[in-house]
Amino acid sequence: MARYGMVIDTKKCVGCTDCVIACETENNVPVGFSRSWVNQIAEGKFPDTKIEILSERCNHCSNAPCVHACPTGASYINELGIVLVDHDKCIGCKACVSACPYGARYIHPEGYADKCTFCNHRVENGEDPACVSVCPTHSIYFGDLDDPGSEVNKLLNSREHHSLLPEAGTEPKIFYLR
Amino acid sequence: MFELTTTRHNPLVDPSLHAWGWEIPVYLFLGGLVAGMMIISGYFIFSGRLKNPDCACNFLPFYSIVFLSAGMFALFLDLENKINVWRLYTTFEITSPMSLGAWILILVYPALIANIFVRPPQPLLNKLPKIKLVTEKLNQRSFLIKWIGVLNMLWGLLLGVYTGILLSTMSARPLWNTSVLWLLFIVSGLSSAAAFVHLIARDKYERELLAKADNGFLTVEIFVIALMFIGLLTSSQTNIEAAKLLLTGPFAAPFWVLVVGIGILIPLPLQLLAVNHKVKHTPVPPLMVLLGGLILRFVIVYAGQFSNWMNVHF
Repeated sequence: MARYGMVIDTKKCVGCTDCVIACETENNVPVGFSRSWVNQIAEGKFPDTKIEILSERCNHCSNAPCVHACPTGASYINELGIVLVDHDKCIGCKACVSACPYGARYIHPEGYADKCTFCNHRVENGEDPACVSVCPTHSIYFGDLDDPGSEVNKLLNSREHHSLLPEAGTEPKIFYLR
Repeated sequence: MFELTTTRHNPLVDPSLHAWGWEIPVYLFLGGLVAGMMIISGYFIFSGRLKNPDCACNFLPFYSIVFLSAGMFALFLDLENKINVWRLYTTFEITSPMSLGAWILILVYPALIANIFVRPPQPLLNKLPKIKLVTEKLNQRSFLIKWIGVLNMLWGLLLGVYTGILLSTMSARPLWNTSVLWLLFIVSGLSSAAAFVHLIARDKYERELLAKADNGFLTVEIFVIALMFIGLLTSSQTNIEAAKLLLTGPFAAPFWVLVVGIGILIPLPLQLLAVNHKVKHTPVPPLMVLLGGLILRFVIVYAGQFSNWMNVHF
């Protein structure tokens, strides 16, 4: 069974936010909410400064605290390793929102917890998530982390990379190439 | 220099998470209060004080049912998808404290009703005379009465601990993620319950006893708060930042003035003077303790939502 993840090349990302717009359009994200966002982190003192642009979203953690916190089993990890929310089971208690260290979840105006799904509806049809397809610099890669021959694994094996808050112990499945 | 620019504009999580409003602190306070009342009532039943018609154990379960139902109603109000609330009771998620809590609340009601059946008040007997049959059978078996007392104490303890565990299992919120939060909430619940009984007790001995007990609970609470800060301040940077929210940050004023000052430090000497017969018992100290207990939940819930891992990184 596949275990999907994402690799994002921060050397290629220009922070254009096309991924954010594509996500909102593809998934009908209500106005005022975001399933994905771009953080631009500037560090250092002139002239020794560096900048890292991070296209962020739900990290689809293998050890997902949102799934553990859900009292009704509405939050779950599917057979592709994607963390999803069953809208019909969600009671909108917001335990998952509080449990996520990445702030990736919000309550949809219709009353259920919502977040990035890795565009599960597209992945099931063999397509890439919308953010991956639309990226003008091809900085976002999507694939099976369990497949040694996948592009994501080749990148992770050949390039220095990091994930967000690894110290939180959530085993995130989004990696950033330095 | 460290500067973060973000395109994120999610009003629920930016600039800081604010998922839970007033409903959750009210629910946690009422849950803790009921937990304390069950422990006190259970102890009185177990120690045989229920033979006294003025015993608090004869009327505390009524207050407990009202307060617990009000707390559950506040929780219900917090749900964004209220029509699905029944789903809490078609699943049992062992890793979810909220699921465990939903089932604990269901277990608590039978224990409270059993407490009422031990010595039901006359107006209730007039309306439902069949209760008398149950009461007579219960009172013929003293071991059953003792067990009802033990059950109330145990379920009360479970309920009080759960109100702390609900928050402390969330590692994403460093302020909540402390191993003494359950202890703080159960001690605060006991203190609030003792203050409440102090306020409404008909029996003079019980009023004195609960005022003395409350002094003990308040003293322990000071040590538990100190332990919480020691734990946070000797931990990672995320935890240190979380502690600063209460020590010097935006939540310092309500915490030190309302929770520690008005909730503990002022009523404690006043109650000490009252139990030593230096001053008369007045409703002021117990009301201050109850206010402190309520504000403690507000401060912890709100400051906890403000604390996160990102505050350290960005």
